Formats: sequence, structure tokens, C-alpha cells
Amino acid sequence: MIARRYAVVLGAGLALGPGAAPAAFADEPAKVSITLEDHKFSPAEPTVPAGKPIAIEVVNQDKTPAEFESKPLRVEKVVPGGGKITIQVRPLKPGRYRFFDDYHESTTEGFLVAQ
Amino acid sequence: MLGALIIVFREIIEAGLIVGIVLAVTRGVHGSRLVIAAGVAAGVVGACLVAVFAGVLANALAGIGQEVFNASILFIAVVMLIWHNVWMASHGRQLAGQVRQVGEAVRAGRRSIAALGVVCMVAVMREGSEIALFMYGLAASAGSTTADLLIGSSLGLAAGVGVTAVTYFGLVTIPPRRLFAVTTLLISFLAAGLAAQAVLFLQQAGVVEVLEGTAWDTSAFLSDTSLFGRVLHTLIGYSDQPSVLQVVVYVATLAVIAALTKAFGPRRAPARKALGAAPAE
Repeated sequence: MIARRYAVVLGAGLALGPGAAPAAFADEPAKVSITLEDHKFSPAEPTVPAGKPIAIEVVNQDKTPAEFESKPLRVEKVVPGGGKITIQVRPLKPGRYRFFDDYHESTTEGFLVAQ
Repeated sequence: MLGALIIVFREIIEAGLIVGIVLAVTRGVHGSRLVIAAGVAAGVVGACLVAVFAGVLANALAGIGQEVFNASILFIAVVMLIWHNVWMASHGRQLAGQVRQVGEAVRAGRRSIAALGVVCMVAVMREGSEIALFMYGLAASAGSTTADLLIGSSLGLAAGVGVTAVTYFGLVTIPPRRLFAVTTLLISFLAAGLAAQAVLFLQQAGVVEVLEGTAWDTSAFLSDTSLFGRVLHTLIGYSDQPSVLQVVVYVATLAVIAALTKAFGPRRAPARKALGAAPAE
């Protein structure tokens, strides 16, 4: 029983991966865009609606790569220099969720405010 | 400089521990050193490639290329580790004992060693690509402190190699007969932890959307980004804010390994027997 469940998860990872994401979101996600410039996030405290899936776009204006990371949002993703990424976040309870650039954690941080 | 050292060291710890464990597991098996060295070298090359193509990867598969890639290579490592453990349970016991030199057993062990070589490659590639990106960033941003940061990074890399050495020499002080039981356990927990990490990437990508709630939050007690937390993260898969699905997959992976080891092992599962006997000795 447990083994079967595990096999399903494993199968999902290897087989379902490509192309499965867009269809997976039934709710239209709330979009928010964050820009990284001179190792600073702007806006540093973007606001999003609570209880809805969120799509965070991170645009890196710096030449150097960054790693957008957040423990409570469970995100860890590299943003290439001059590139941009989109992160899908599960519906959140109201609150402040810290994020940072893993390569410059002490200086580059922000909070996602869900309300 | 210290900052760069810490960042690089934090990334490399996982790979350092894994390579150290694999070195100890395969000690005395003819040809294993070459396979592991090749695995690490391939991992370094792979890491550089991943770093160079980070932009391509980030935009692949409608923006979830990074996550799917990370999850896939982690699952490969998990499968290799499980396979190794099962193989060791079914015919590997003579390798750990006195008959290690017997040519037949060693030749049969080659494929299992190759699986561990792949594990080393994956470990180095995954963490290494982040280090490569970080160091590239340092090199690209010209400044008076760049040389300083590069020195810090190099020291971080050296410290990672130190972790491998400490892990290896720590493990090989264990008597061979018990080393087998210890490494079987280590590899089981390692595999379960990596499977939980892989699932996290799939949840990040939105590929898997079940059981997303946080199972517990022990970040105030022991952060998994702290040094000790990082070591535990690799060894037993400790996470300070895991999702419920991560916990389920972690437990399921351990159960699968135990079941397979029992099914393929002779009579009793050697790991459990040895574990039960350990406190008495």
C-alpha cells in the first residue's frame, strides 16, 4: 500500500513532469512582479491576496545570477543574470512571508504580504 | 571573504558528506576509487554545464525546467541508493566480511559501485551548479573585493573536501562487520531525505499539488540552513518546515527500502538485525 503510493509519486515525478504544470492550476493565479536591481528587491514588500494561488515573476536586472529563496513559501530557484523566472506559490494564509537572495542573504531580502 | 566561504561551504556540505559515505561504503573494492573519481569529475563538468545553461533551464518546460531537472536527478540518486542497498542485502555481505578479496564477488559488485558513482555525480552536480553560479557572479562583478571573495570561495571548497575526509575516516574506524550495518542505515536515510527534497521541487513547480501544508515548523529550534541543520538535512533529511507530502514520501521511502531489503535479503534483513544488536555490544 505504502509502496504503491510511493511508486505513484515517483512516477509522477518522472513521467508527468513536462507540461503538466499549466493544467494543474484550476484557479487563475494572482500575479505579482518583483525586480532585482543592485541586489535590492522592488517592491520589497509586495502585497498579494490571501487564499489564492500566486504567480511571482522575478526579474533580475543585475548582471550576476541570484537565487530567489524563501523558506515559508518553499521556494529555491536560480534567477540568471539579466533573466527572469516565474514561481508558482500555493494559496497562502494572511501573513508576512520572508524571501531573500541566497547569494546575498544579509543585504537582499523582502517580504510577501498576503492579506 | 568569510561570507563567500560560508555560502560555498554550505552548498558543498551535502556533496562532501555523500562522497565521504560512498568512499567508506566501497572501501577495499577494487576499482571503486576510479569510479568515484569519475563520478565526481563528471559531476563538476555537469555542474558547470548546468550553470552555463541556467537561463535555458529556467525557461524550459514553461518555466519549471529547473525544478523538474532537480527533482529528476534527485530521484535518480534515490533509485541508485535503493538499488545499492538491496543489492548489498542480497549478495553484498561477503564484500563486507573476510571474503572481500574474492574476485567473483568483487566483479559482481562492480555494477553496484557504478550506481554509487552516479550518486556522487548527481550530488556534486546539483550543489556544484549553485557554487559555479555564485562564483561566476563574483567573477563577473568587478570590484576590489572580488579577489578576496574568490579566496573565500576556494577555502569553502577546500573545507567541503575536508568534510569528505572527516566522514570517510570517521566511518572507516568502525569495524568492517558493523560498518555494513551502519552504512546500510546511512544510505537508507540519505535516500529518504533526497526523495523528500525531490518532492519539494515537484511541489514548487506545481506538478504535485497534494498535501502542501506545512507538517511542522522547527526553524526557531534548529534551522536547516545552520551548519548542524545542514548536516542533519543531508544525513537524515531534516527539514525545519517540510510539507506534509515530504514527510509521507520520506516515510514511504524508508518503508520501501526496508521491504525490498527484506524481500531480497537472505533470511533476515541484516541491517535490522545488526541495529537491534548494536546497543548490547
